[in-house]
Amino acid sequence: MIAVVGASAAGLTAAQTLRREGYTGPLTVIGDEQHMPYDRPPLSKQVLSGVWEPSKVSLPSTVEDVDWKLGVRAVGLDVGGRRLALSTGDSLDYDKLVVATGVSPRRLPSSLAGVHTLRTLDDALAFKEELAAARSVVIVGAGFMGSEVAAVASSLGADVTVVDPLAAPMIRQFGPWLGDLVAKLHADHGVRMRLGVGVSGLVGSGRVSAVELADGTSLPADVVLVAIGSVPNTSWLAGSGLSLTDGVDCDSLCRAAPNVVACGDVASWTHPVQGRRIRVEHRMNATEQGMAAARTLLGKGSPYSPIPYFWTDQYDVKIQAYGTFPVDAVPSVAAGDVGTGRFAAVYVADGRVTGVVGWNLPRETRQLRARIGEPA
Amino acid sequence: MKVVVDQDKCVGAGQCVLLAPDVFDQRDEDGVVVLLQEFPPAELHDDVRQAARVCPALAIELDEQ
Ligand SMILES: Cc1cc2nc3c(=O)[nH]c(=O)nc-3n(C[C@H](O)[C@H](O)[C@H](O)COP(=O)(O)OP(=O)(O)OC[C@H]3O[C@@H](n4cnc5c(N)ncnc54)[C@H](O)[C@@H]3O)c2cc1C
Ligand code: SF4
Repeated sequence: MIAVVGASAAGLTAAQTLRREGYTGPLTVIGDEQHMPYDRPPLSKQVLSGVWEPSKVSLPSTVEDVDWKLGVRAVGLDVGGRRLALSTGDSLDYDKLVVATGVSPRRLPSSLAGVHTLRTLDDALAFKEELAAARSVVIVGAGFMGSEVAAVASSLGADVTVVDPLAAPMIRQFGPWLGDLVAKLHADHGVRMRLGVGVSGLVGSGRVSAVELADGTSLPADVVLVAIGSVPNTSWLAGSGLSLTDGVDCDSLCRAAPNVVACGDVASWTHPVQGRRIRVEHRMNATEQGMAAARTLLGKGSPYSPIPYFWTDQYDVKIQAYGTFPVDAVPSVAAGDVGTGRFAAVYVADGRVTGVVGWNLPRETRQLRARIGEPA
Repeated sequence: MKVVVDQDKCVGAGQCVLLAPDVFDQRDEDGVVVLLQEFPPAELHDDVRQAARVCPALAIELDEQ
């Protein structure tokens, strides 16, 4: 029996790939959400804005002959004994295992109503409902998630403030140059950014009423979204003997142990070209790594060597990125023009192109992807 | 094989164009997928299947009848 833990993009793709590549034995997929697999990127975009009915996010989960165990959590793993412990109290013996448990949002210590995180469909629907009635919205964290939600919330008519201790939005992803352009985009749409200052606490009695900042200011808030990054879902693997320094640590074939592979947001692996361990929280990686990990389990694996791809939508701007963006990489415009709001920039580190970012210039961005790895 | 694309779901990733440039293209303005051939020839089927699988928006559907 092959068991897949995690019933989302990566786990589903792994299950589909196992069947497509000829595995005909028993296959069990375990997922702790009640829903059949669905897609997350539209949650902070089309679902939150109301453009899509929530049902439109479901992933086509046509895999032959799967024993779906939904609403069930894996709570322990015995690698040597090839046995999973489940939240139902049962245990499950497997021959091979796919770990695809993703990540969970980091939270701020608070039990106040009105404070949200956004990872699941249920999170999105709960937040959407409160957003509809909110006047002032505070978003903690100016990464891609906080920035996307700020765009949607302000277009729904809310008064939006984004707070981040760093100097610009999405600076961790793409550095200060692009970050400043994103900050300007938000300013042009009336979103306030409180940058360079952290949050010291959430205040309110029962329900949140304000967010206090480290510099002593207090921002009134009817609803707060905490978007300060995420933590790999590996607590159920504690004591299993798997190495867990950055999610589930894998080799270049996505192997975490004999007969155990990992894929998607939860997995880090040694990238054969970059020669270092990376973990990628992007939608396309969930698919590509799900395929790669499944092939490894069937003895058809090869080193997993993708060019990561990521996109984010903010207002009418689509930002797309191929490759990687080390902190020391230097961007320069290679197509289009920043002034016209349509451009693509290549990032160079150690004399080589490491990544390309496009701003409303999809075709040229895709074409520049071919330069990744080449001398600048 | 018949190819159907959902332009409403497409996020403009261009993965389909990288894999099967004779079957898919992207609109200039917003990168949304454009289908060049609804019934691609057999030698392109593997590439088209791979494109449908890796599309991060699952915007490509194949009717293999
Ligand atoms: C709101 C939002 C917007 C996004 N937008 C973009 C975007 O624009 N572009 C982009 O590239 N990426 C985006 N992403 C990232 C992308 O969605 C993820 O990279 C992708 O979902 C990862 O898939 P996964 O299957 O690895 O993990 P997940 O989708 O996190 O799935 C893991 C599943 O495992 C389940 N699980 C966890 N622990 C257990 C357990 N012990 N037992 C059983 N089940 C368990 C979880 O409940 C979950 O259903 C976005 C993510 C979010 C949340
Ligand atoms: S791969 Fe999918 S999302 Fe990307 S351009 Fe093609 S159809 Fe659109």
